[in-house]
Amino acid sequence: MGSIKDGGAAQITDAKQRYKSGVLKYVQMGYWDADYQPKDTDVLALFRITPQEGVDAEEAAAAVAGESSTATWTVVWTDRLTACDLYRAKAYRVDPVPNTGPGTKTEQQYFAYIAYDLDLFEGGSIANLTASIIGNVFGFKAIKALRLEDMRIPVAYLKTFQGPATGVVVERERLDKFGRPLLGATTKPKLGLSGRNYGRVVYEGLKGGLDFMKDDENINSQPFMHWRDRFLYCMEAVNKAAAATGEVKGHYLNVTAGTMEEMYERAEFAKSLGSIIVMIDLVIGYTAIQSMARWARNNDMILHLHRAGNSTYSRQKNHGMNFRVICKWMRMAGVDHIHAGTVVGKLEGDPLMIRGFYDTLLDTHTPEQLEKGLFFEQDWASHNKVMPVASGGIHAGQMHQLLHYLGEDVVLQFGGGTIGHPMGIQAGAVANRVALEAMVLARNEGRDYLNEGPRILQDAARWCSPLKAALDTWGDVTFNYESTDTADYVPTATASA
Amino acid sequence: MMTNQGNRITQGQFSFLPDLTDAQITKQLEYALQNGWAVGIEYTDDPHPRNTYWEMHGNPMFDLKDPAGILTEINACRKTFPNHYVRVTAFDSTRGVESPRMSYLVNRPAREAGFNVVREERGGRSVGYTIHSYATDKPEGERN
Repeated sequence: MGSIKDGGAAQITDAKQRYKSGVLKYVQMGYWDADYQPKDTDVLALFRITPQEGVDAEEAAAAVAGESSTATWTVVWTDRLTACDLYRAKAYRVDPVPNTGPGTKTEQQYFAYIAYDLDLFEGGSIANLTASIIGNVFGFKAIKALRLEDMRIPVAYLKTFQGPATGVVVERERLDKFGRPLLGATTKPKLGLSGRNYGRVVYEGLKGGLDFMKDDENINSQPFMHWRDRFLYCMEAVNKAAAATGEVKGHYLNVTAGTMEEMYERAEFAKSLGSIIVMIDLVIGYTAIQSMARWARNNDMILHLHRAGNSTYSRQKNHGMNFRVICKWMRMAGVDHIHAGTVVGKLEGDPLMIRGFYDTLLDTHTPEQLEKGLFFEQDWASHNKVMPVASGGIHAGQMHQLLHYLGEDVVLQFGGGTIGHPMGIQAGAVANRVALEAMVLARNEGRDYLNEGPRILQDAARWCSPLKAALDTWGDVTFNYESTDTADYVPTATASA
Repeated sequence: MMTNQGNRITQGQFSFLPDLTDAQITKQLEYALQNGWAVGIEYTDDPHPRNTYWEMHGNPMFDLKDPAGILTEINACRKTFPNHYVRVTAFDSTRGVESPRMSYLVNRPAREAGFNVVREERGGRSVGYTIHSYATDKPEGERN
C-alpha cells in the first residue's frame, strides 16, 4: 500500500491484492491503461493537468479519470459486485504541454486523454454528463489546476439529445435571409431605459436595416422596466419595422428569470405577441437551457443564448474549461444562437481559437485540428447548426475582417456601432447594412476583399453618407491586446511522456 | 412611397446597394455556379415578408452552367413582368444545407406600394399584429 506520491506503479491485476482494504494509487486501481483503444461509443475528454509536486503524469491523469468516474479515496470491496472494469474511466495517453515545465515561465502541464464508457452517462442530460466530467474532480487535491480542453461526444450519445431547436438552415428559411451574415444590435444603455424609450431604440435599429435587436443579458424585469412592458413595446417596434421594410424582423426577448415557471410564462407571452425569437442566459443552468430548447422546438421559436458567466471559468489557461466545450454542450442542449467571439472586437479571442468555436457550432463533421484547439474528430450526427453571434466592440470599418474571419453564418452585433452613430440610430444601421452588402458583393465577385476592404468601404461611402460618418468616427478603432487563450501545440505529434 | 432607407423594400442580399447592373448580376451568377448551386428565378406582385412561394419562372436551372444563358432568362422574366418583383435564388443541395444560399432582387415595380400594420387590440394591453400588403388590395385579375 502506498500514498499517491509514490512513483512508478502499475495496475494491480491480482484481485485479492487489488481489493484489500486501504489506499492505492489510481494507476494501481486501473485508471491508467496506455494500451487502451477508445471505442467509437466512448465519450473522450482531454484535460490539461498541472499535477502537485511529486505526482507523476500518469498518476495525475489516472486520478482525474478515477475521480471523474468510479473512484473514491480508498478501496471499496463493493466494486466487485459490478462490472467495474467497464465503469472505470481510462486515462490512455498523456503528453507534456509544449512550452511548459523547466526552462519556461509556466510550471509543467500535461494533456491527458481519458475515455469513458457510454454506460456511465444518462441519455439526453447535460447535467448528468457534466456532473461526472466537471464534478468533484476539479477540486481534487492531487492536482494543482485542471482544465477541460475538449471532448469527443460519440454519435450514439449525441442521438439522445434534441440539438438546436431551429438551427441555422431553418432560421434562414423562416427569416427569408440568405447569403450574408445577419445584423443585430444590443439595445443601449443596457439598463435604465423605460419600456417606451427602449422600444424606440429597437424600432430605429430595425427600420434602419438590422435584422435583429437584442436585450442584454441582465435585462430581465427591473424597477425601471418590467418585462411585460418591454415585450409589448418591443413587439410594436418589430412589427412596425417589418412593415416599413418588407423584411422579417426580430428582437431577442430575454426570458431569463428566477424560476422555470416564470421563464415559461414570459416565453408564452412573447409567443402570443408573435415574436420569432426568445433569449436566455447561460447562467440559468444546463437543465433550464435544455427545457427552454424543448419549449422552443415545440413552439417554432428561435432560441438565443447569451454566454453570460462563461469567462469566469473559460478564460484562464490552467484551470476551468475551454469555451469550445461549452459550444459542444450547447449544441447538444439545443440552443440556436450563441455568442462565440469576434476576433477583432473588445472581448477575448485568438483568430484560430474562435474559428475552432465556429466550426464546432456549424460543421456537420469537424476533423482533428490542433491549431484550432480541436483535439478530436467529431461527427455531429446530423444535429442542427448553431448560429454564432459576434458581439462586443465591432463596427462597420471592420467589415472585411469580420467577413473573412467569421464567414457568412454569423450574427454580427453592432451595439455601440449602431446606436452611437453621429447621425442617429437608423443611420448607424444603414451604415452597417451597406458595408455588409458591399463586402458580400465584392467577395462573391472574387475580389481580394480582405486587402481591398478599406477601399471597398470608402467607395460605398461615396454614395452612402451614413457609412462615411461611421468610418470617420470609428475607422481607426481597434482592440489589440494579446489573447490569453491560445493553442498549445507543435505541428508534429508530441511523444508520450 | 415607403419611408425607409431607399424608399423600397429591403429583402434579399443587396437591396441596400444601387440596383445591380447586368455585369454585376453575371458575376453573382458565376459565384453561384462555381459553388455548384442551381439558380432559380421567381416573381410576384405581393412581396409580403411571409409570402414564401413566389411564382417560378421555370424550375431552378440545375443543368444550365452558363451565366449568360441564365441572364437571358432573368431578362425574359423582367420583360414579361416589368412591374413585379423578380428575385434570383441559388439552391445548394449539399447535405446539411439543402436550402437557398443566395437570394437577391433583380427587378421591382417603379412605385413600391409597401405595407401597413393592422393592430388587433386584445385584452390587457396586448396587440395582435398583421402586416398588410397594399399590393393585394386589388383583386389579382386587376393588378398589373
